[in-house]
Parts: sequence; structure tokens; C-alpha cells
Amino acid sequence: MTEMTLIEGLRQAMDEELERDERVFIVGQDVGPRGGVFRATQGLYEKYGEDRVVDSPLAELSIIGIGIGTALYGMRPICEIQFADFIYPAFNQIVSEAARMCYRSGGEWIAPMVIRVPYGGGIGGGLYHSQSIEAFFAHVPGLKVVVPSTPYDAKGLLKSAVRDPNPVIFLEPKKGYRLIRGEVPEDEEVLVPIGPGRISREGTDLTLFAYGMMHHYAMEAAERVAQEGIDVEVVDLRTLKPVDRETVLASVAKTGKALIVHEDNLTGGYGAEIAAILAEEAFADLDAPVRRLAGPDVPAMPFSHPLQDWFMLDADKIADAIRELAAY
Amino acid sequence: MEAQEDLQVDLKPETLLEMYWLMVLSRRLDERTWVLHRQGKIAFHISSIGHEAAQVGAAMALRRGQDWVVPYYRDLAMMLALGFTPKEFMLGVMGKKGEPNSGARQMPSHWSIRRLNIVSHSSVVATQAPHASGIALAIKMRGDDAVVLTSIGEGSTAQGEWYEAVNWAAIHRLPVVFMVENNLYAISVRQERQMAVEQVADKAAGLGLPGVTVDGLDAPVVHRAITEAVSRARSGGGPTIVETMVHRMTPHSSDDDDRSYRTREELEALKAQDPLHLQRDKLMDMGVLSQDAEREVQERAKREVEEAVDFATRAPYPEVSEASYPVYAEDRIDD
Repeated sequence: MTEMTLIEGLRQAMDEELERDERVFIVGQDVGPRGGVFRATQGLYEKYGEDRVVDSPLAELSIIGIGIGTALYGMRPICEIQFADFIYPAFNQIVSEAARMCYRSGGEWIAPMVIRVPYGGGIGGGLYHSQSIEAFFAHVPGLKVVVPSTPYDAKGLLKSAVRDPNPVIFLEPKKGYRLIRGEVPEDEEVLVPIGPGRISREGTDLTLFAYGMMHHYAMEAAERVAQEGIDVEVVDLRTLKPVDRETVLASVAKTGKALIVHEDNLTGGYGAEIAAILAEEAFADLDAPVRRLAGPDVPAMPFSHPLQDWFMLDADKIADAIRELAAY
Repeated sequence: MEAQEDLQVDLKPETLLEMYWLMVLSRRLDERTWVLHRQGKIAFHISSIGHEAAQVGAAMALRRGQDWVVPYYRDLAMMLALGFTPKEFMLGVMGKKGEPNSGARQMPSHWSIRRLNIVSHSSVVATQAPHASGIALAIKMRGDDAVVLTSIGEGSTAQGEWYEAVNWAAIHRLPVVFMVENNLYAISVRQERQMAVEQVADKAAGLGLPGVTVDGLDAPVVHRAITEAVSRARSGGGPTIVETMVHRMTPHSSDDDDRSYRTREELEALKAQDPLHLQRDKLMDMGVLSQDAEREVQERAKREVEEAVDFATRAPYPEVSEASYPVYAEDRIDD
């Protein structure tokens, strides 16, 4: 086992997949000699050359549109959108084209591709370098939406996403790129299937659902309240679409209480889907109303530190929400 | 526009006759579809009448089944020239089971025929252009011997997607031909409200690739222009914009009424320059097409169209269960 950061896990995944399958290539802004603005693709241009690590013009929809074209021809593109906040010009290509390709052609054409997207705030990025975008894409049939929260899952899920025959939105918690460290085996292939969630902490008093950076804080909050005698089960959803209903329901059947945490805005956010599943299928198991702790309904994260802190969730805020629900 | 020289003589008589046959077949099929709509038997039709010469000329410049085509909805004659059949078209028009473009999920004239390397497209205009450049990038990466032809209306070249696609192709000198079917109307809005340049081909100068404008009413002229562009693409010379000037001799679609935005005199003037009649007259002048052969072509077209209508009318609708898949690649029943 080797300890590595989340971004190192991602880089290893891409390196191994480029090595394994010559159809795999990377396309995005500054992914070449620069190695990506976050360094996710560092060293890959030197190793695989300009035909496999392709710098795109400064035009997001073309990264996805070109990726779709190559996928239709049989390639396996890994498309990098530099920041989630910049994905909207490509929304049309993702939603109207990639997601619908299989259905609209009766399965004759498919668009197997990974769309890697650094997302999330708390990094001083202001309105346009901080956004969470999962709700938009988790709404769309034809897409898979994945959010790793550990280096192991980052590596294993990204490798699975590259091999998946569908378009996969791969959301990377960028605040955790170098902050989150973890063990990843060196001498075996790491593959984490798309779909299953993971119980990352067993507990009995309530279930805390989280993903990405919020999972990191959720674990911290759970440890904190454990000292106060509250035994929290933490579920790392990992895949938002398709969601692992069995794991969601089984956990709440055990604990009777559910708190869903995400940094994206509250209204119409991904937590509403989990809450709806629980309302429809776990009503009899619930000992308390389902709670959501989410980003406030302002257009995006403000820049100035105190304002950003007001928006951003952290272990303290999550611990408070846990205490409140546990006391119900 | 290119000088109007007579290119008919460059092509073999059987090639000229095949072009003419495909134009006639497309026209009769198209007209019959309008009738079905006016009879209340189908829900929607989007017509290619007036575009046939450009489409047939372009398709026949390709190695059909080896090269790739990323079309748009107003491309019936091109599809027929590539090997799509009237029966397949009519299944789509009527939304019947097994319709090959989409299994009757999409509206009619939304092409996708895998066996012919014709790629699925949506109704959202210009979205197909980046796919064409992507396919061309993949061809270049793999070192394969193929080119891509993608078509589009002139109005849709206002979309950022088209510029971004052409830009990519120009940067990487990709083997793709951007064919523009310019009929001067984007539904109701004339070209001068879509662009400040006189010709779409003028946009090429700003993107760093060659652009030409040709008479789209003359199939051999288009055939030569596309052949040159394809040859440039195949030899590593990069992309070309080929603008074909055509006539939209019908409203935009069966849901449109063009009387609110163009005069009947204008329309009559277009009809006086019907590409089908121009081609017929030229072939007759050349002695390639006899009166008997013309009668035969028309009768054969009528027969094939009626057979297609009968076939599709008798065909069943899809099972309702077909609406639920294939959302994901894993759902495909052929796997």
C-alpha cells in the first residue's frame, strides 16, 4: 500500500488507462505540457505524446463535441472541463447529444466517454470557480454521475469510468485534490464499480449521506460527535446516477434517521432525490423527518473569506446538524 | 460563385443518369410525403425539395459506406444516394416499428444508419458539426483511410458550435468537408439577418481554411467541388467549406406557412429554376436521357414510392415497451 493524494490517484488511473488501451486519450484545456491547471495530467503529455494528450482551444463545448465524435468512431476520450463552472457552454452537447445518443439511435450509436470536472468551493474561487453541478446532470437519463471522495475510489472509479460504455460525468472535489490522502495498493489493479455506494463508517443512531468533499467533512463530524455518544453511520454515495437504492434504504432501515449533506444549493439539489426515495420507500423505518444540510439558495459561492465561510459547509456545521437530528 | 461551365461531359453517362434517378426518386418520395401529411395520415414532414442536386452530387463524391457522413434533417436525397431506401424512409415518416434511424423514437428525417456510416443527429442545429470534427480527429489518430462529410443549413452556421467545429478542423487539418446548403432562409429569416458576409464560404477566411461557393442546382458542379474537397481532406490537406446555393421550394416544414415571409412571385421564380428540370433538360440535350428513359425513370420512381407507402402503412407500430430503452449502452438488445 502507498499513501497518496486524491489527485495522484486520478493521475495514476489515467496513466494506467492510457497504457492499457490505445483508444483512450485526453482532451481539454492546458492538459498538455502544462499538465492541467490542477496538474491532474502532469507528465502524461511527455509520456504519451500530443496525439494522446490533446490541448483544446478555449472552447468548452468543443471539448465535449469533439469527444463525442471520437467516441462514435470507437475512441475512449477523457474530456477535462477545467472548472465545473465552465461546463455550461457544453451542456447542450452533454445533455442533448451524449446522453441521448444511445436512446435516439435505438442503440446503434453510443458515446462512451469520461467528462472529468473539478467542482466545489472553499478555495477562494468566488462565483465562477466554486460551483457544484451534480443536480443538473443527475437529472439526465443516459448519463452516469460519479463523485469519488478518497484516493482509492478516485483511482478505481476513474478507471471504471474509462471502461464504461456510456458518458460518465466524473466530478472531482478539487478542494480535496491534495488535502485528502489515503492508501492505494500498488501491486494490484484498482477498479471500483460504478453504482454501489459505500458504508464508510458503521453506526446505529442516524445515517449521514454525503459524497465528494462533504464526505470528508462528514467523517470528521461523525468522529467528533462520537465522543459525545452519537453513533453515526456514514454512507459515501460515490455514484449519484444510478444511485445505490439498496444501500440507502438498508442503512436507514437500521438507523431510522437520515441526514443528507451537499455543498450544492438546497432547492432541487441532489439531496431531494435521496429524501424522496426515503419518503417513498422507507417511511415506516423513519423515526424522524429526513433532514438536508446544503448550500444556501444564493446564485453561487461569494469570494470574500467570511462570505465564503457563510456559504461553505464544514465539519462544524455538519456536527451541529447531526446533534439536532439525533436529539429528535 | 464558380463559373457556370458545363461539367456534365466529365462524368460518365451512367453516373449522370444515376444522379438524375436519385433526384427524381427523392422528389417523388418527398412530394408523396407532403400528400400524406395533407391527408392527415402523418404528423410531420421536413422537405428537401430544391436541395436534391446538391445532395446527390455531394454523396456521389464519397466512397459510400467507407467515408463518414454527419448530416442534418433536410438531407433526404443525400440519404437515398448513400443507400437509404424509400421503405426505410416511409417507416420513419409513419413512426413504425423497426424504423432504422431511431426505432421511431426521433421525428422523421433525423438520420442515423450505422451500416452506411451515417451518424445520428438531433434537432438542435449545428450540434452535429463538432461530432464531424471529432470523427475526423479519430480517423487521423488511427491513421485510417476515410473522410467525413457534414452538412448544415446556412442559418445554422450562426451557431457557435459550427465555428468551434470548423476551428478544430482547421487547427488540426482534419479530413472533413463542411458542406453548407444555402437556401437563403432559416425558417423565415433571410440570410442578411443571419450573417454580414455575402457568402457562408467567406467565413472560411476567418477560420483559416479554404471556402468555395458553388451552384447547388447543378449536381455535377457540386460533385466536382466536393470531390476536390474530399481529395484535399484525404491527402492531409485539411478541411474545406463547400457552400452550395440551393432553393428551398417548400415551407420550412409541414408546420410552417411561408406566405407570411416570402412572396408567391419569389417562390415562382425559384420553381422556374427547379434543379430536377435543369438536370433533365441538360441530359436530354446531351442525348443521355431519352423521352422513353425519362418516362421509365418517372414510372419506376412512382412505383418504388407507392411500394414504400404500402409497406410502411402495413407495418406495425413499435411495442410500447420499446419506449423504455436503450437508455444506457448496457440496455441494447443486440449485445
